[in-house]
Amino acid sequence: MAATLDRDLALRLDVIRRDHGDSVKIDEVALVVRGLLDTVDGDISAGDLRLYRELEGLADYIHSAKAEIVQLRPAEIKTEFIASATDELDAIIGATEGATNIILDSAEQIEHLGTMMEPDVAERLTEITTRIFEACNFQDITGQRISKVVKVLKEIEVRVETLVRVFGQEADLHAPRKTPKEVSSDEDLLHGPQLATDAHDQSEIDRLLASFD
Amino acid sequence: MAVDKNMNVLIVDDYKTMLRIIRNLLKQLGFNNVDEATDGSMALQMLRVGNYGLVISDWNMEPMTGLQLLREVRADAKMKAVPFIMVTAESKSENVIAAKEAGVSNYIVKPFNAETLKMKMTSVLGDF
Repeated sequence: MAATLDRDLALRLDVIRRDHGDSVKIDEVALVVRGLLDTVDGDISAGDLRLYRELEGLADYIHSAKAEIVQLRPAEIKTEFIASATDELDAIIGATEGATNIILDSAEQIEHLGTMMEPDVAERLTEITTRIFEACNFQDITGQRISKVVKVLKEIEVRVETLVRVFGQEADLHAPRKTPKEVSSDEDLLHGPQLATDAHDQSEIDRLLASFD
Repeated sequence: MAVDKNMNVLIVDDYKTMLRIIRNLLKQLGFNNVDEATDGSMALQMLRVGNYGLVISDWNMEPMTGLQLLREVRADAKMKAVPFIMVTAESKSENVIAAKEAGVSNYIVKPFNAETLKMKMTSVLGDF
């Protein structure tokens, strides 16, 4: 009986491997476990019974894990949340770099003014601009720290992608859809700064305001 | 022997803002002949054809890092004696040890101030 069981199981696993490769759906795994349990039913010892319970527990665990992961909407995490977070971080780097360069421009101009001043004033201006140059170090450090966070997010993205692949399209199809949020309170209006691609510029705001007149 | 402030200094960093900051600080210290490179391989090419009295380099750059640049410099008969200061946010002991083993002349951790830069340059070049 054991040899028949092994052969049946091996055949079934071969079919699954052929159809799905390494990304086997959880339902398929659960079916194999159930099939295995059905086969040994009626011919079980106390040890087999313990194994049976363990496997049943495992199948239940897999099912509940699957349900929880589907609720997380992994595809949405990848396409929406992570993409949006990395865009925001890139925008921070761009904005701080722009501001730093303006500060440096101004400091260089102040330093140049020193050549037109009395020596003691010029020296004082040099001290002040030195402090400004030193303080601008922050931009490099901030950029490097943010790059590290972006790298972590990319790593999470790769793992979520693997999750989506393992679950096939199920995770997306069975996931409860997020409906566009209605603006129902003042809090819903708090979006924070917009990315340049999404933001209205002042002239668009002016046009919108004028449209109420 | 007094330090020649007219020497050519090569600064290497992939952040253009940082190049600008270091250039300004060097200018305030009296060093006006400053060239810039944005990665290790560009710096190496400049070092091969130029005559530099000091290299101040970042570590974390692509495609060639500051550490790789340092190793290339130390392996080249023409350049191996050029003082090389690493200016980097990499502050772990293992980084400092690796840089020292590769032949770094001194090591500055970002963020740094003008006083630290002057102190490290003095320890490498002598008083100025």
